Amino acid sequence: MILDPLQQLGRKGLAYFGRLGRGHLFLMQTLAAVPGLVLRPGLVIRQLYSVGVLTLLIILVSGLFVGMVLGLQGYNTLVDFGAEESLGVVVALSLVRELGPVVAALLFAGRAGSALTAEIGLMKATEQLSGMEMMAVDPIRRVVAPRFVAGFISMPLLAAIFSIVGVYGGYFVGVGLLGVDDGAFWSQMQAKVDLNDDVYNGVIKSFVFGFVAVWIAVFEGYDTVPTSEGVSRATTRTVVHTALAVLGLDFVLTALMFGD
Amino acid sequence: MRETGRNGQQAVVQVRGLGFSRGERMIFDGVDLDIERGKVTAIMGPSGTGKTTLLKLIGGQLRPTAGTIVVDGENVHELATRDLYRLRQRMGMMFQSGALLTDLDVYANVAFPIREHTDLPETLVRDLVLMKLQAVGLRGAAGLMPAELSGGMARRVAMARAIALDPMMVLYDEPFTGQDPISMGILVKLIRELNDALGLTSIVVSHDVQETAAIADYAYLLSDGKVVDQGTPEMLWKSASDWSQQFLNGEPDGPVAFHYPARHFRDDLMQGGQSR
Repeated sequence: MILDPLQQLGRKGLAYFGRLGRGHLFLMQTLAAVPGLVLRPGLVIRQLYSVGVLTLLIILVSGLFVGMVLGLQGYNTLVDFGAEESLGVVVALSLVRELGPVVAALLFAGRAGSALTAEIGLMKATEQLSGMEMMAVDPIRRVVAPRFVAGFISMPLLAAIFSIVGVYGGYFVGVGLLGVDDGAFWSQMQAKVDLNDDVYNGVIKSFVFGFVAVWIAVFEGYDTVPTSEGVSRATTRTVVHTALAVLGLDFVLTALMFGD
Repeated sequence: MRETGRNGQQAVVQVRGLGFSRGERMIFDGVDLDIERGKVTAIMGPSGTGKTTLLKLIGGQLRPTAGTIVVDGENVHELATRDLYRLRQRMGMMFQSGALLTDLDVYANVAFPIREHTDLPETLVRDLVLMKLQAVGLRGAAGLMPAELSGGMARRVAMARAIALDPMMVLYDEPFTGQDPISMGILVKLIRELNDALGLTSIVVSHDVQETAAIADYAYLLSDGKVVDQGTPEMLWKSASDWSQQFLNGEPDGPVAFHYPARHFRDDLMQGGQSR
């Protein structure tokens, strides 16, 4: 009786580490399959559409609103110090360093990640992956790797688009509605936003987040319990785990990049 | 190496001492089977006896815990992945669900293995696909999506896909389950005719006794992880085994008891208002 909770803990621990191990082996197999896609670019292009292009709308709309809110909040704070001309810098730095990569990754997980998990999970549940194996076609090469590459390429582009649209959202509220000086908005941004320190670091973040988000999404789909309940759980796990991983990694990366 | 099976005939698949378990549960315990070349061999047994598992073991998707499976002279579970995939190109499998790729239409589904494994020009692929679809009577459905097909049609498309690469052997997983009488008749006819016309070897896993017995040259009855009976359908109908008679005639009680094992009924009733 006393050992029961201990046994349960042990069992859960083993299951957790088992999954972690499977996840890494799966990643190795997927990465090994990536070079072969050079010969079949069509597979990746098709996935770029469903993973990237179809996520574009939510990125554009969210980016615009986040930028507008930043413009409004930034203005209200800066105007107390008479520094509203710095609004462009505040909006741009917030977006490029943090909000662009992080929010885009969270939206990516919600829109594209969940769809990837559900699609691969349902393919498993309906024996499509098993059928491919019996047709001597490796599902990791044919199904997983193209989606992985498409997600990895899409995420940084989506994050960049998010930031650009966000800056215009901030510009619209700050300059268009609240009367911040047009020239000051752009010139201060140009002077203070550094290509190496800010933009490149943001891009590195978005690559890391994209890698993690798409890895979690395809693995959860591939490792799903092949039932409707299993697919539903896997889809939820994709969104939750990606959100936690992205936010945790964001802190680590921020500390490494800007922590001196 | 070429193996010989029953009656000195050449066996395409030779299963020896097969053992397989899932966790604590033993699925197979010392199963021996021979699948002869050119024949339709049925593997029958009640639900849950691991018939589908057996097909997955033959196809190398699962690894046995004991014994060997030799397919066309090659020990399936000793093959490197590349060689296993090469062997699978010589096998076709029709899944119970059809397992068609839902984002591709019927034509593309049948063309899938051809496009994946050959560099044939598209005009030739088209001819091959139309020939396979014509063989299963669904040339006219080439443009339909899997969601638009009935269950029977989906299985026929899966059948066309299974023979797309002209395999030496086709494995059918529960091909008749849940089919209306017409679809059932079509599938029965197709399995036999394709086997004979294309010189295939067919393994039909099923619990539909009448339909399977009608086309099988030889049948194995599986229960509790063992082969309990085997022979030609005629031999099985006359079998002295009580189990075989209960299974083949669908009798509700016999060696397979009607009641799931439980304690005495009176004890359960006398327990009164206490919870279970």
